[in-house]
Amino acid sequence: MNALTYPPHARTYRYDEIDREFLQERIAEFRGQVERRLKGELTEDEFKPLRLMNGLYLQLHAYMLRIAIPYGLLNSAQLRQLGRIARRWDRGFGHFTTRQNIQFNWTRLEDVPAMLEALAEVDMHAIQTSGNCIRNTTTDEYAGASPDEVVDPRVYAEILRQWSTLHPEFTWLPRKFKIAITGSPHDRVAAQVHDVGVLAKRNARGEVGFEVYAGGGLGRTPIIARKLRDWVPEAEFLAYMEAVLRVYNALGQRDNIYKARIKILVRDLGAEFTQMVEREYERMPRDKYRLDPEIVAAIGAHFAPPPFAALQDQPLPEDREFRAWAAASIRAHKQPGYASVTISLKPIGGIPGDASADQMEAVADLAERHSFGEIRVTHVQNLVLPHVRQEDLFTLWQGLRAAGLATPNIGLISDIIACPGMDYCALATARSIPIAQQISERFADLDRQHAIGECFINISGCINACGHHHVAHIGILGVDKRGEEVYQITLGGSATNDASIGELIGPAFSYDTIVDAVETLIATYVAHRTAGERFIDTYRRLGAAPFKEALYAPA
Amino acid sequence: MSTKAKARPATAPVVFTANRLRDGRVVWFGAEGIWQDRIAAVTPFAPEAAETGLAEAQQAERQQQVVGVYAVEVGPGPTPLKFRERLRVSGPSVAAEAA
Amino acid sequence: MPLLEDGRLRPDDWTSIEDEAPLPEGPAIVSLARLRAEADALAGRNAPLGVALSPETQPEEVAPFLDRLALVAVCLPKSKDGRAFTQIRALREHHGFTGEIRATGHVLPDQYAMLLRCGVTTVEVPESTDPATWTRSRDTIRIAYQAAQSADRPLSLLRRKLELA
Ligand code: HEM
Ligand code: SF4
Repeated sequence: MNALTYPPHARTYRYDEIDREFLQERIAEFRGQVERRLKGELTEDEFKPLRLMNGLYLQLHAYMLRIAIPYGLLNSAQLRQLGRIARRWDRGFGHFTTRQNIQFNWTRLEDVPAMLEALAEVDMHAIQTSGNCIRNTTTDEYAGASPDEVVDPRVYAEILRQWSTLHPEFTWLPRKFKIAITGSPHDRVAAQVHDVGVLAKRNARGEVGFEVYAGGGLGRTPIIARKLRDWVPEAEFLAYMEAVLRVYNALGQRDNIYKARIKILVRDLGAEFTQMVEREYERMPRDKYRLDPEIVAAIGAHFAPPPFAALQDQPLPEDREFRAWAAASIRAHKQPGYASVTISLKPIGGIPGDASADQMEAVADLAERHSFGEIRVTHVQNLVLPHVRQEDLFTLWQGLRAAGLATPNIGLISDIIACPGMDYCALATARSIPIAQQISERFADLDRQHAIGECFINISGCINACGHHHVAHIGILGVDKRGEEVYQITLGGSATNDASIGELIGPAFSYDTIVDAVETLIATYVAHRTAGERFIDTYRRLGAAPFKEALYAPA
Repeated sequence: MSTKAKARPATAPVVFTANRLRDGRVVWFGAEGIWQDRIAAVTPFAPEAAETGLAEAQQAERQQQVVGVYAVEVGPGPTPLKFRERLRVSGPSVAAEAA
Repeated sequence: MPLLEDGRLRPDDWTSIEDEAPLPEGPAIVSLARLRAEADALAGRNAPLGVALSPETQPEEVAPFLDRLALVAVCLPKSKDGRAFTQIRALREHHGFTGEIRATGHVLPDQYAMLLRCGVTTVEVPESTDPATWTRSRDTIRIAYQAAQSADRPLSLLRRKLELA
């Protein structure tokens, strides 16, 4: 079945015959549904939820297929296959999303079963990447590599993936349901703006447990999640998740799509929501849902550390250009002599998150050579090679540069998140990609970007907030004003431990003036900052006033 | 997707647009009664004829040819009055092929 | 309308009764409001009794009456309104209800397996239904990754082989 050989040490969950049988059955089911639709046995209204549960949207210009990259983890064979799919059935590229998935924008309905077969060859699928079900769980892109990690979140993300797959009770929820899990005290997954956010941790005895948040979200009504419990023991993890979902499925609003997310229910019920979950948790037959330590261990074995060599940390070569890239792209690793490398999918003036088939293949090759064949997708639409020997960094950089993947702008102002916006998305009210491109071009000078320092700009093409504009230092939201695209600015958002929702600064800017407005904000920050302050720090210290003044004061 | 019935009656000439069921590509429907790949190939309905036009166009939805029929007001060309539908005509305003 | 049970069609011998209408001789399905209001009278009847739950009803509300009921009907007002799945599971799991649970409303064949896994007995289907569409859907996917109410055979990890047919 699996024609492609996997890199031996890549730690992705490996399917066995049971999983493969399941996936084949699922493809057969969807193939049948597509046939029924084409023959007219299913109406579009009936077919839509079924295709959505297989990741298939209808967009502005074509169908879009969203493929699950479970918690953002890929091995090189999988990435190569995504490149092949891009070439064969799309226009030679794919778009990595903030949900750590990939989207193909030019899909044809009749090709989808064949595309799913091609995915199945590398143990991948598009199940539950859309629809009102439990979506792909996201996690820390540095899992298994980060020095601050306390618990490996991949193990529990995989358990959640399996448990939520075609869950008989939770496949027809009021609305979509997104879970994020992190195993480090530094939240890199935006846990507090997810339907459920989970912080895996350890108690004094070293046992694993979970701090659980619910009811966060962005979209039209941005809300920071409520903490439900400080500690759920590992064995009760799935039971507790069941309890949360049960309450939501029974009571979440169904009549108003804008109020159907769990965040509205949690906001309206407040502490009562927590009590209802607790009550359900108390009375459910917990044995039935218990997560046996043997299962955790067996799944954990898929994520065992790769065979690291015994190395020492070492100084980087002196090359100036390399150093600039390294400063932006390299992150400390828990294993001496290793580093994690972030690959920017944000070339100056490019489309954030897009990668061509050639680039996917190039990254797959580099991952095989330098990172045990492992790749991660980040929620800021970049890629990560988690485990690179420091002695290989220079060679890796040269390889990335050859593929056009060495823009040294990670965490800088041109490392922009942008949703597809009106260029692709049927729901959009304005374009977002061209705004990202213009900002990136305006700040093209990398020395200037470094001088500005860390600054997150996120852009959404409508209030659904797929571009996470609320949690950006500078958030941009495209709206429609009498047929014209205009852009609102929010300032001061954050998605990390100090999660906050950005504040709307004032009237919107036109397509032609929004980039100037960003420039003005940056100039204001640079003028007011004290040593070492990032944009967000200056904003928090001074508040909106000086920025408002600069943007709106009569010239 | 955009199957919302038009709330207000058309004041300008209209064509109808939808996505072809089999491949999702954008198609256009005019007074000739044939779904075309290019908007230039169709003749708009006069505003008064928009309602009967819609009924004809929706026929194709029931016959599993297209999905999500809706009316688009157009000026000479025909060129859609709204930016969104002009993008439907022209394709994405950003590079849509691998470089 | 006919019923689908174990993948086969069979006639429905129950009658749904409006709140104001007199009760017939045979098996009757009433609303929860009527069940509450006329609990004793209904208990005295000599024929099986069922209740129809609306999607917003919490199963606890019907719990006190379950030992007198032979049938609980739940409803999917639209196929994507999945509250019934939680009601069904709760009736079986929390309240130990062993009678017939019937799914009504706009149910898709594609939901059949999941309904069975939650604990449904019968599905009310339109006259012209081809049961083969339902059994094909039920039998397509035979592996699941989580505990539920239906019979299954544990495999390794979270997985289990379904035994729905
Ligand atoms: C192009 C097709 C897409 C469509 C039709 C779409 C649709 C939507 C809708 C309707 C919502 C709001 C849901 C709600 O609040 O109930 C939403 C939220 C979201 N989308 Fe998308 N989206 C698309 C693409 C993307 C992409 C490309 C990304 C990643 C870059 C993305 C990431 C998200 C995220 C993270 C949210 C969650 C915000 C929240 O928590 O409320 N989406 N999307
Ligand atoms: S934010 Fe709006 S425009 Fe952007 S992808 Fe989401 S739904 Fe589309």
